[in-house]
Amino acid sequence: MTYLIDRRLQGKNKSAINRERFLRRYKSQIKDAVGRAIKGRSITDIESGEKVSIPVKDVNEPNFGHAHGGVWETINPGNKEYQKGDQFNRPKGGGGSGRGKAGNSDQTNEDDFIFELSREEFMNYFFEDLELPNMVKTQLTATTEFKNQRAGYNMSGTPSNIHVLRSLRGALGRRIAVGGSSRKAVLHAERELIELLEEGVALDDPRVLELKHLIHHLHTKLLAIPFIDPFDLRYSNRVKVPKPMTQAVMFCIMDVSGSMDESRKDTAKRFFILLYLFLKRAYDKIEVVFIRHHTAAAEVDENEFFHSRESGGTVVSSALHLLNKIIAERFGSGEWNSYVAQASDGDNWDNDSVLCKQLLINTIMPRVQYYTYVEITDGPPQNLWEQYAEVTDHHTNFAMQKIVTPADIYPVFRELFKKQPK
Amino acid sequence: MPRDPKNPRALPEQSEWTFDLIEHAHEEIRRVARKFGLDTYPNQLEIITAEQMMDAYTSVGMPVSYNHWSFGKHFLSTEKSYKRGQMGLAYEIVINSNPCIAYLMEENSLTMQALVIAHAAYGHNSFFKGNYLFRTWTDADAIVDYMVFAKNYIAECEQRHGIDAVELLLDSCHALQNYGVDRYKRPAKLSMAQENARQKEREEYAQSQVNALWRTVPRRDEEEANIVIPRFPPEPEENLLYFIEKYAPLLEPWQREMVRITRKISQYFYPQRQTQVMNEGWATFWHYTILQELYKEGIVGDGFMMEFLQSHTNVVYQPPATSQYYSGINPYALGFAMMSDIRRICENPTPEDRDWFPNIAGTDWRAALDFAMRNFKDESFIAQYLSPKLIRDFHFFAVLDDDKNEKLTISAIHDERGYRYVRQQLAEQYNLGNREPNIQVWQVNTRDDRALTLRHTQFQRRPLNQHAQEVLKHVARLWGFDVHLDTVDPDGNVISSLECKREKRNRN
Repeated sequence: MTYLIDRRLQGKNKSAINRERFLRRYKSQIKDAVGRAIKGRSITDIESGEKVSIPVKDVNEPNFGHAHGGVWETINPGNKEYQKGDQFNRPKGGGGSGRGKAGNSDQTNEDDFIFELSREEFMNYFFEDLELPNMVKTQLTATTEFKNQRAGYNMSGTPSNIHVLRSLRGALGRRIAVGGSSRKAVLHAERELIELLEEGVALDDPRVLELKHLIHHLHTKLLAIPFIDPFDLRYSNRVKVPKPMTQAVMFCIMDVSGSMDESRKDTAKRFFILLYLFLKRAYDKIEVVFIRHHTAAAEVDENEFFHSRESGGTVVSSALHLLNKIIAERFGSGEWNSYVAQASDGDNWDNDSVLCKQLLINTIMPRVQYYTYVEITDGPPQNLWEQYAEVTDHHTNFAMQKIVTPADIYPVFRELFKKQPK
Repeated sequence: MPRDPKNPRALPEQSEWTFDLIEHAHEEIRRVARKFGLDTYPNQLEIITAEQMMDAYTSVGMPVSYNHWSFGKHFLSTEKSYKRGQMGLAYEIVINSNPCIAYLMEENSLTMQALVIAHAAYGHNSFFKGNYLFRTWTDADAIVDYMVFAKNYIAECEQRHGIDAVELLLDSCHALQNYGVDRYKRPAKLSMAQENARQKEREEYAQSQVNALWRTVPRRDEEEANIVIPRFPPEPEENLLYFIEKYAPLLEPWQREMVRITRKISQYFYPQRQTQVMNEGWATFWHYTILQELYKEGIVGDGFMMEFLQSHTNVVYQPPATSQYYSGINPYALGFAMMSDIRRICENPTPEDRDWFPNIAGTDWRAALDFAMRNFKDESFIAQYLSPKLIRDFHFFAVLDDDKNEKLTISAIHDERGYRYVRQQLAEQYNLGNREPNIQVWQVNTRDDRALTLRHTQFQRRPLNQHAQEVLKHVARLWGFDVHLDTVDPDGNVISSLECKREKRNRN
């Protein structure tokens, strides 16, 4: 007895659990790799999988085996010139006459074990230190949202989608088309019959009988045309189209004065990435503008933003002036939603902080959707923090937070995520 | 039979398969296989996708298996190389079960499906049913049930004792999996129901035995001095996992059961590791013979044969040792050549063959092949059947690499003086007992620190690989006390020693 079974539709991801077990076991290595990847990647490029490599010796499954040494006598195929008793030097590095699979498994090359993390897995590791609430995670990882849209009619579909008007209209058309010639013939026959009868031909004249028979036959034929046929059915067709979204611009402002060290910049980067991810959900097109400042501000590209070193004092208002200028010049048309993320260690010239507050309250805040500020420091708040705190009284779309580790970032966005309609 | 191109049963010349065509091809293959007298388990052909093939690949080809990270690791690396196109997937996976399950991948053409059916569902299948090792060591009726039992049992353990505890234990068992095999004793056959019923009983009994072994009733001193301490175990034990399952002092009953599961699975695969050349050679020989027969009968056409022969020749290609593609002897090539050679010796023996194989030269080839398939494993099969002609055809030569000599020596080649030597050496090369280090349980110190001593008897002065210390840690985890590994020369003198101390605080 034979069975032929189609298994294609079932049990697709049998190894999913084993894969997850593997990731679980090497979590710390993978997290390191993800951390390195985040440092190396551009903000706008954060959402893709990642190739992770783990040293082979860590993932090895040890087994007893022979190492090279002692006596090995092997049989090999393909002798060309050797005779019994020939002697030759040991090949270097396993080339040439090859020892085959003869058990020296410990000599396999020490390459790394490399595998791909999927986008979801990568994002999960990224979110892990950020301590996002679950709902936010799903919002961020969800792929593009679609909405159903009507797209004409279809010949096939589910009964609930039958479009009655269209179907009946089609049926009517078909009845007219199919019955056309018969109807015409009936019309002719009836006219001829009336003419004959008017001429006074007897009712049992063979021609009259023939015509009556024909008319009867044609009527039966017309009646046999179905009122509605499966062929007539039309179904409403709906297609999924990505939700149309508008465009946004995101400003990253960072203090690059000497006091911002690498680890602070790294934390700031995560902060910017999170805002970027949020915007990515809500908007189709996002421009990212990088403004860095010490005593003077400049618009730079991403690489320079994160990697160049500057030193000197700090004048925050210089960045705000530049921000204001860029919004007015390039993004002022009302088609852009502006978001600002500012990261700093809190240092500022004393008399400058008041100016910053004024700028924010009067000029910048009315123009932007949301303004976030993080102060990456573990020291006591400085004057900039106090001045900024007053901004919250005037504008609700302003959020600020003092952070030490990436886990502290999320509260800055709490308002933002809450507002997001789902 | 004369070739008839207008055979009404002929398969259409197309590469797309349909279910009807597969049934049809299978029907013809079965008919021919029966004609040649192949005795098989019933077949169950399953159409699967490439992803499912990768799944099957990574769970060592079993349709169900328990979960472990190492399977995930294999999956990741398979997936990676498959997606990059570095490697095609195996055409076939076949499971030694009753009914015999063979996977057909949906991407394959009709020709390839027919090839796989002939190869797996008739070649391997009849080998599983006929070869003495499989008949002795594996139970095709029970294996799928047993795997279901194992999966459920281990999942239950994970729930009860935590994933980490189970994972650590499985890591240790896997490290010793090759040493979980009885080479001489015969295993009992059990179905899942019986296995379940006996498992509880066994747990309790095993625990009570262990306790008796370690009982420490205080004795008076003078009495103790006179007692000859009995050696334990009385005889060295080659099955390390069996020994651990039965005697490790600190294992919980569920841990013993898991050790047992891994060694059962290892035992199940043991015949496959011993019959690689024969099994593949047999299956390749039969797919070749069956499809040639179908071609003669006009059931398959020229296009089919061209496609078939192309992949067949790829499979049986043996690169020479000097080639950059050389990675040892291709078991398909050697096996197919030997099986075909037996047929040749039966049908057209030369005087040389009559001299070397008086028993089979000129006899019925089907009977001779059937006998060879049933009663040998790689080692003995080669020692028995490798003919001088094949040694010449393969240009086999023996290289002696002795670390006491500065140079390598060619110890034999394919000439009159070398045939028997080459044949003997090649057979040795397939002897699992030589390929794997011979490590056995030597002694347990029952009176003192309960340390376990393993003994590695050196073969040809070959040392252990670098993993040994690592594996020893796994042994120590299972045993629960210190473990020593002595390496001895053939005269029994200890020449080196490894040990792994078990820290008392870290016992789990």
